[in-house]
This record gives sequence, C-alpha cells and structure tokens, in this order.
Amino acid sequence: MERELLSKRLEEKFGGAFLVTTALFFVVIMPSLNAFTSPDSALHISGFTLNLFGKFLAYAILALGLDLVWGYTGILSLGHGVFFGLGAYCMGMYLALSIGAEGVYKSTLPDFMVWNRVKELPLFWKPFYSFPFTLLAVVIVPSLFAAGFGYLTFRTRIRGVYFAIITQALALSAWLVFNRNEMNLGGTNGLTGFKKILGFELSSSGTQRGLYIATAIVLCGAYLLCRWIVNSRAGRILLAIRDAENRVLYSGYTPSNYKLFVFTVSAALAGVAGALYAPQVGIITPGRIGVLPSIEMVIWVAVGGRGTLIGAIVGAISVNWARSFLTSSFPNYWLYFQGGIFILVVHYMPDGIVGLVRRLTELTKKLTGKRKLSALTPSGDPSSVSG
Amino acid sequence: MKQAGYMAVRLTLKGGLARTMKSLSVLLLVFCFLGIQGASDARAAQASPGIQAEIARLITKNRKKRKEAAVSLAKRSDPMLLSLLLALREGSLYAWKPVEGEAKVVIGGDGVKRGDKEFFPLFEAYSNTSILDSRGKPLLAPANQLQEIRAGRRIRRAIRPYVNRLRSAAQLLSPDSNVRRAAATRMARLGDPNLIPILRKSLDAESHWLTRIAFEEAIALIEMKGVDAKARHAAVKKLGEINGLNAIGDLKIAAGLVAGNKGDADPYVRAEAKAAVDEIEYYLSWTSFIDTIFRGASLGSILLLMALGLAIVFGLMGVINMAHGELMMIGAYATFVVQALFISYLPENLFGLYFILALPAAFAAAAFVGYLMEISIIRHLYGRPLETLLTTWGISLVLQQAVRQMFGAQNVDVKAPSWLSGGYHLMIGVQFPYNRLFIIGLAVICVAGTYLFLFRTWAGMRIRAVTQNREMSTCLGVSSRRVDAWTFAFGAGLAGLAGAALSQVGNVGPDLGQNYIVDSFMVVVTGGVGKLMGSIVAGLGLGGMNKVLEPAMGAVFGKVVILMLVILFLQRRPEGLFATRTRGA
Repeated sequence: MERELLSKRLEEKFGGAFLVTTALFFVVIMPSLNAFTSPDSALHISGFTLNLFGKFLAYAILALGLDLVWGYTGILSLGHGVFFGLGAYCMGMYLALSIGAEGVYKSTLPDFMVWNRVKELPLFWKPFYSFPFTLLAVVIVPSLFAAGFGYLTFRTRIRGVYFAIITQALALSAWLVFNRNEMNLGGTNGLTGFKKILGFELSSSGTQRGLYIATAIVLCGAYLLCRWIVNSRAGRILLAIRDAENRVLYSGYTPSNYKLFVFTVSAALAGVAGALYAPQVGIITPGRIGVLPSIEMVIWVAVGGRGTLIGAIVGAISVNWARSFLTSSFPNYWLYFQGGIFILVVHYMPDGIVGLVRRLTELTKKLTGKRKLSALTPSGDPSSVSG
Repeated sequence: MKQAGYMAVRLTLKGGLARTMKSLSVLLLVFCFLGIQGASDARAAQASPGIQAEIARLITKNRKKRKEAAVSLAKRSDPMLLSLLLALREGSLYAWKPVEGEAKVVIGGDGVKRGDKEFFPLFEAYSNTSILDSRGKPLLAPANQLQEIRAGRRIRRAIRPYVNRLRSAAQLLSPDSNVRRAAATRMARLGDPNLIPILRKSLDAESHWLTRIAFEEAIALIEMKGVDAKARHAAVKKLGEINGLNAIGDLKIAAGLVAGNKGDADPYVRAEAKAAVDEIEYYLSWTSFIDTIFRGASLGSILLLMALGLAIVFGLMGVINMAHGELMMIGAYATFVVQALFISYLPENLFGLYFILALPAAFAAAAFVGYLMEISIIRHLYGRPLETLLTTWGISLVLQQAVRQMFGAQNVDVKAPSWLSGGYHLMIGVQFPYNRLFIIGLAVICVAGTYLFLFRTWAGMRIRAVTQNREMSTCLGVSSRRVDAWTFAFGAGLAGLAGAALSQVGNVGPDLGQNYIVDSFMVVVTGGVGKLMGSIVAGLGLGGMNKVLEPAMGAVFGKVVILMLVILFLQRRPEGLFATRTRGA
C-alpha cells in the first residue's frame, strides 16, 4: 500500500498543475520549439532530437502498461516485447503496403517478398491496405494474443517467477518465429523502407513532427487511462493481488480475471506503443521482440519507480536517453552501465527515481521541521509476498 | 516388433558374414600387398628411361609438345608420377638449370628468403625425394636458375581425369580409414571402369569392415554402370545386399522410380534395382530411427547438464539465476584458456590431454565466480525472486561485456582433442560422434555425482537440511550462510562443466549463455522445482521431443511447438512433473 500512498501523495503535492505543465511541454512546447525557432537559436530542438523523443515517448506508453502489470499487480512479464512487436508489425504492414510500387523492384508487393519469390500477397496482409483496420488491429491483435496467453497461464495460477520464465520463453519463440522467412514478415530484416503514412511523406519534418505530437497525445491518454484504472475499485484489487493474492482469493474475488484484464490492457498499450514506434524509427525487426529487449523494458519501469505511473514514464525516457547517449559516446561501457543499473536499482533504489525524489523531499522536510505526514517505514518488497 | 526382431537378426547375419570373410582373407592378402609394396619401393628412386625421356620432354617452348608429354605421362597411371602432375597443375614444376650441367625437371618447394633473394628447395621430379647438394644437405636453388614449366588451362584440363584417378588411388593407400572410404566413394562417383582393378586390389588388402563395404559398394556401382550384363546383374544384387547407401540415387534411376526416367533397359536389372532400393530404404528407416534416438539422447544430455546446476540453484535454493548461462560461458572460456596454455607451454603430443584438465578448471572458474556472486549480491536477495531475477540479469550483462573485452566479440576457437574427433561406426550409415558420446557420459557422471554428493555426504545432508528448513538447521548449528554460498558455488560449477562440454559441440562466444538460458529454465520448470529427478526426466524428454519434431517441422517451429506444449503441460500440472507437495495454494 505504500506505493499507492506515495503516488497519491505525489499527485496531491504536485497536483494536476504539474502534470498539465509536463503534458503541455511535451505536446505543445517541444514541437513548437522544433517548428518555429530558427536552427541557430539556443532554444531550437532539432528534428533528430524530436524524433528521438518521439521514440522515447512511445516507449513510455509501453512502460505505463508494464507498470500496470508489474508495479501494480505484481506480475513480472518478460514478454512485453512480443506485444510491442505485434503492434509494430501491424503498423509496419500498413506502411509497407503504402509504399505501393515505389519500392526497389517496382512491384506492388513489398521488396522482401520479391526476394523471397512470393508471387501473391498473403491473405493476412490484405486487410492492412486499410488504415482504420490497421489502427484497430494495433490494439486488437496484441490484446487477443495476450488474452489467450493470459487465460492459459493465469487460470492455472502460474505466477511469480514461473510466469516470468514462461513469458520469457514466449519472447524467445516469438523471436524465432518472426525471424523465419516463411512467416512472410520480412524475416531477420523485418519491415522497412517505409515511405508514406496516410499519403504524407515520412521523410518530411512536418510528418515526423505530427507523429511526435500524436505520440505525446497518446501518451497523455494512456496516462489518464492507467490513472483511471489504478484509482478505481479494480485498481485497489490489483494492489491487493500484488500484496496478498491468496487473501484476495479467499475474500471471494477471482484474481485471475483481474490479472487477465490488466495483462490485456497492458498488451494493448504495448501494441499502440509499437505502432507509434514503427513509423518514427522507420524499421521494425525481430530484434525488437526477443528476450533481451523485453527484459530491458522491465528495467525502465524499475529505474523510474514501479508502482507509480509517473515513474514508468520517467524511467522509460531517462534510461533510453542514457542509452542513446552512452552507446554513441562509450559503446563498450553501455552493457556495464545497463548491468549496473539492474543490480544497483534493485538493491539500493527499489522505488526508483520517484522514490529517490520522495526520500529527498522527506529529508528536506525533516531538516526544515515541516514534517506533516507520519513516517512510513520502508518494508520489504511487496511483490515477494506470496502464499 | 516382429519386424524389428527380424531386422536385428538379418543385420547380425550380414555383419557376421562380412567379418568372417574378412578374417579369412585378410592375413593372406596383406602379405600379397606387402610384397607388391616392397617391390615398388626397391625401384622407387629411378624412373625407367622411357619415363625419364618423357619428363625431359616437358622442357620445351612448344605448347603442343608440352601438352603431349604431360598427357602421355599422365596416361601411364604410375603412382610415382602423382606429385609431378600435381606440381605441374599448381605451377611449382620447374626446369632447373644448375651452374654447370643440363637443364632438369624438378619440383620446387616453398621459397625461403635470404636477404633480398629467394631460394627454393628442390625435389626429384619422379621420386619426389629431396635433391641434395655436395655436402648432403638439401639444396637451395636461387630463383634465377629456375624456369617454371607452365601448364595452361588446356594442359590442366587434359590431365585432370588422370590426376584425379591417381590421387584417389593414392588415397586408397592412406593409413586413415576415413580417407580410404572417402576416396572409394569419390571413385564410385567417377564411374571409371579402369578403377575397378585398383579398387579390387585395395579391397583385398583392406581389413576395416566398414571400409571394405565402401570398396565393395564402389566396385558394384561402377560395374552397374558398365556394359557386361552378367556383371551388372551381380552388381545390382550386391548393392542391395550390402545396403549401399551411396548407390541409392543410381539404383532409383535404374529401377525407374525417378519421374521422367523409364529406368534401365535391362528388365532384370530394373527388377533387382527395385528390390535393392526397397531393401536399402528399409535399412535407412532403421538407421534414421537409431540416429534420432541418439541425437535426442545427446541433446537431452546437454540440456540435462545445463539444467543440473540450475536445478540445484533454482530448485533447491529458490534463486532465479539468469546469469546461469554466463556461468556456462565462463566454463567454456576456461576450457579455451586451458587449451591456449597447453598450446603455448606444453609439447604438442600432450595437447590431447588439455580437455581432461579443462573440466576441473571450468568447474573451478565458474564455481569461483558463482561464490563471489553469492556472497556479494545474491545473499541479500533471498526470498525476493523477482528482484533476484533482475539483478542476476544485470550480472549476466556485466559478465558478457567483460568477456567480450577480454577475449573479443568474435567466437574463440576451441579445438577438439583428437580422441574426441571422429566417431564410432555402429553400422553402415550410423555414426556416433565421440564428442557426443563423451557428453552423454559426462551427463551421466555428473548426475550420479550430484546424487551421491547430496544424499551420501555430510555436506550434501547440510545442503538438504538448509533448503528444507532453514531455521531448524540454524538452530542445530549449521551455518546456513556458508552452506548457501557453497551450494550456489556447486551449482555454478556444474554450469561451468556444462559450458566445457558445450565447447566441444557448439560455438564459444560471449553470447553462449544467452542461447541456452531459456532452454535450461524450461527444463527446470517442466521437471518441477526442487526435484533432481524431474530435471533429468524433463531434460531427456524435451531433448528427445525436439529431435523427433525437428525433421517434421524444422528446428525453429519444432522448438516453438515444444514451448507451447510446455505451457499446455503446465495447465495440467502447474507444479511440473515431480512436484513437491505443499499446503500453499
């Protein structure tokens, strides 16, 4: 319950004002600084940076979903890359089809099908000519997949580390399958060479800006949705499941239904994130699906502070920013850094950046003697409480 | 089952027959062969005047005459001429004009630099023996005394069939039975009736049963394509009898089983070929069955080795060690280091022993790293499995990068010791590679050793006591901290052993661990946590299933299907195969 209070208190403290300002900064100010300032000005944000942040914000949407299942419900999923990938591939198929006959081989089929000597567009590709269908598929496909998988696993009360291991196996098998050329999804090279979205040139800065704004708005929407869920009655049951699943069960609730619900929502968010990622980065490969990227996603949430929605967003942006900085400046040390984060954050910062901020504010309050709230003694990690 | 019994009887009969024939004939024929060898050795050094004259004729500016000389030399089918012809083809045949005396055809060796000049050791054109100078040392001729005897494309093409034949014939005399077999198979493919006498001679001298069959197969194949109707009938029949696996393509064509081909003109050959194909295919179904079982057992034992350490660390201690794969990687790299030490510090003939030493080294290295992990990090995370999972994943990334910086991102080359290369031929077409057999043996030893350790020693009893009831054991004076550290180190050491074993069958690189970690966790989850027996059954079961599914649906989809089956299996038994019963829900 500690974290619930924490996030409540953060919201009380900073209130809506803080959130609205942050949202305004990402949705309005950043793109405006990109569009309306001259490239020489100190305030200018380059198209590259904006695009990078577009990617980070897409990741933040996924992190929100992951936080719902891990931070709030205590289900550690190591397979969220799969849902992200499903969304991204759905969008990628639409984008690949909208290239039309402008590809390298001047065929109406995507280039890789020409290499693979596929004569006719496979049936499952055909609906993706339609943009509305694609938007729907981006949400529905990962949700359905997650619902099916979740039904099988939650029903038999596979939980804790078992669930984590099985989702990891899922990520591995999805990666293996998407790598195959027989799947007609581009094999190892994935889908790329996108040119247009809804008729707009993807390479133009205006389109990229538009995509960025769309991502930022979707992120705000996702945040509100998650906030609504965690503040609802169901949200409290999710927390109860995290802290003592058996008690919830014995109190007459069916934890597996709640878990299934939150897992599906989380997968849908991951799918949407993937769909926003694909056009901004311009490529989607099986490399984004596998075991490694899936577990990296978990660390975003851990760094930001699991169990707080703001934490998920902060974590996704900061870790990825650090990544793009370090991999370009010190390519040899990124893995040490990443490994170090895994070890240190779990050890010393169980509440992540948000928890650190809280501790610092408490400390200042203590020093200034204006301590209002009773101290909350830190306890062991709630997710470990079982049986 | 009845068929199986019949098959087995038939196989033994065949094997028995072949071996009796062999033992009867071998002794006598080896003597004959030795006789021939001795005779040829005696006249080795000197070529007949005719040949000498022909060799001398190679030194000519006229390309046509040179070709004639080369071809007539090649046509002599004299094994002594093989090195000359090969040198001609590679451009290392020279006309050597010493300071005094006539120009002479010689074979040049690899050049040596002395100052800015290059010198070449020379060999006699016919006998390929070193040419010595007046002091009895190998002579080194300066480059300006040598003129290359050029063999253009035409010459090379003209002599190619003869050279190939000679080379195969030379390989038939190789001391390595694998080379002899390969040569016979190649000769069969050449289908040259001139080769039959050579093959016959070699067959008579051959003592290795499998190689004998390869020779018989080659002879029969060539005869089958010949013109003599009687010989052809016998050859086709023979191919069916000896299960000539290499002949099945030609037999199918002869039997008219290949679309667009009516089959052999001779109806008898056609019928016999059909019967032979049936027989060989029946045999093949057996060999592939045995092969699948063996490969399943092999993969299963690899999975088992990997999962054994995990079964202790995860199963007994409840620690999710995502760095388990990296501990295997450390074991594999330890093997590499031991190998490198052997290469640089010990004489070459001891190299084969390196793997024996590498096993304890791999165990020790991985156990040491595991011990450090436990006392520094994992100790503080007991009872928090998800945190352990993330932390150990972090450790795995650090270990990977450390190895990448120490040894490079590329895979390193771990050579198999000679006693692990090759394999045991069970029957024709079925070979059990020694390295796989070794891994199966290692897995058996490790499992047995772990059992004995856990259930028959004091240390093992302490481990079991602590994992079953920590508080009670502590009360009774067991230092649970120390036991934890040693248990973890033991599990890590087993991972290191698995890594050393893997280095013999797979690539050794920084990614080694990542490739296996999911598999080994699946084994432990399927087997049921806390039970060694579960891991054993699950490891062998998953390995076997993998190899059964692989031919039908390919490696990737087979693996995916297995993962799905595991998930479905956990529907029925969420606690795994051998669950420990608890009262918790």
